[in-house]
Amino acid sequence: MTPPVLNSIILTNLETVPGRQIVEHYGLVSGSTVRAKHFGRDIAASLKNLVGGELRGYTELLQEARQESTARMVAQAQALGANAVVNIRYSTSSVAQGAAELYAYGTAVKVI
Amino acid sequence: MDESNPLEAYHWLVLILIYGLPIAGLVFFGFIGAYVEKKHYVSIRAREAATNRLPIMASRTLEDGRAVVEARLVAAEVMISHDYFKRFLAQLRNFFGGRIRSYDTLLDRARREALLRLKEQCPDASIIANLRLETICVSTARKNSLVGVEIIAYGTAIRYA
Repeated sequence: MTPPVLNSIILTNLETVPGRQIVEHYGLVSGSTVRAKHFGRDIAASLKNLVGGELRGYTELLQEARQESTARMVAQAQALGANAVVNIRYSTSSVAQGAAELYAYGTAVKVI
Repeated sequence: MDESNPLEAYHWLVLILIYGLPIAGLVFFGFIGAYVEKKHYVSIRAREAATNRLPIMASRTLEDGRAVVEARLVAAEVMISHDYFKRFLAQLRNFFGGRIRSYDTLLDRARREALLRLKEQCPDASIIANLRLETICVSTARKNSLVGVEIIAYGTAIRYA
């Protein structure tokens, strides 16, 4: 489930990495993806939509979007030489009709 | 001789098709939707009881000085949609104003499900700190009714020594 790139770096949404000490700050790193959701296109989803409940296809779409934006943020952090990203936040915004952006950002740091 | 319009025979059939079908759909999908929701709540309550030893906190810092073995970001997401009947009710409510009860259960189900999935991702953690919830409302192209909500729940899973 988790992309392999994430295993080599510590990610937290706390201000520090508990149990470790931050020795260097590299500043803001971020990653984003824009995905479109279109209910008319997906017949299974629009049928499921009548009875309500979880739309698994859309949950997976969201999961992929989150993993991708996280992976982009991590790639940026690794390019800076960081081994952890702290204070990670996810933010969403609708950029157009039926399309949403998922934006991940955090502070790249080096911990020992 | 039968002088009546041959279409007359189909008059009621057409009326039933035009007015009856949407109403039958509302009732039919309303019942299925209510059943789906009830089943979901049963599952949520059972899983909540099974995972209640893992606390979730919204605070940003850990105040106890216990040694931490592992801290990692965990995230979970879910997209839950409304049934046809509830969407119709919500649209009526939108017109007349007032509290929309059907949205309460929609958001409640989505958030609780997301938190449960978050917990299921880190069964060996001691606590989940700094919980954040991000909500995305999915509406139809006409923007007048809510199709469903997407929730992203994330936090830091902490494992104490």
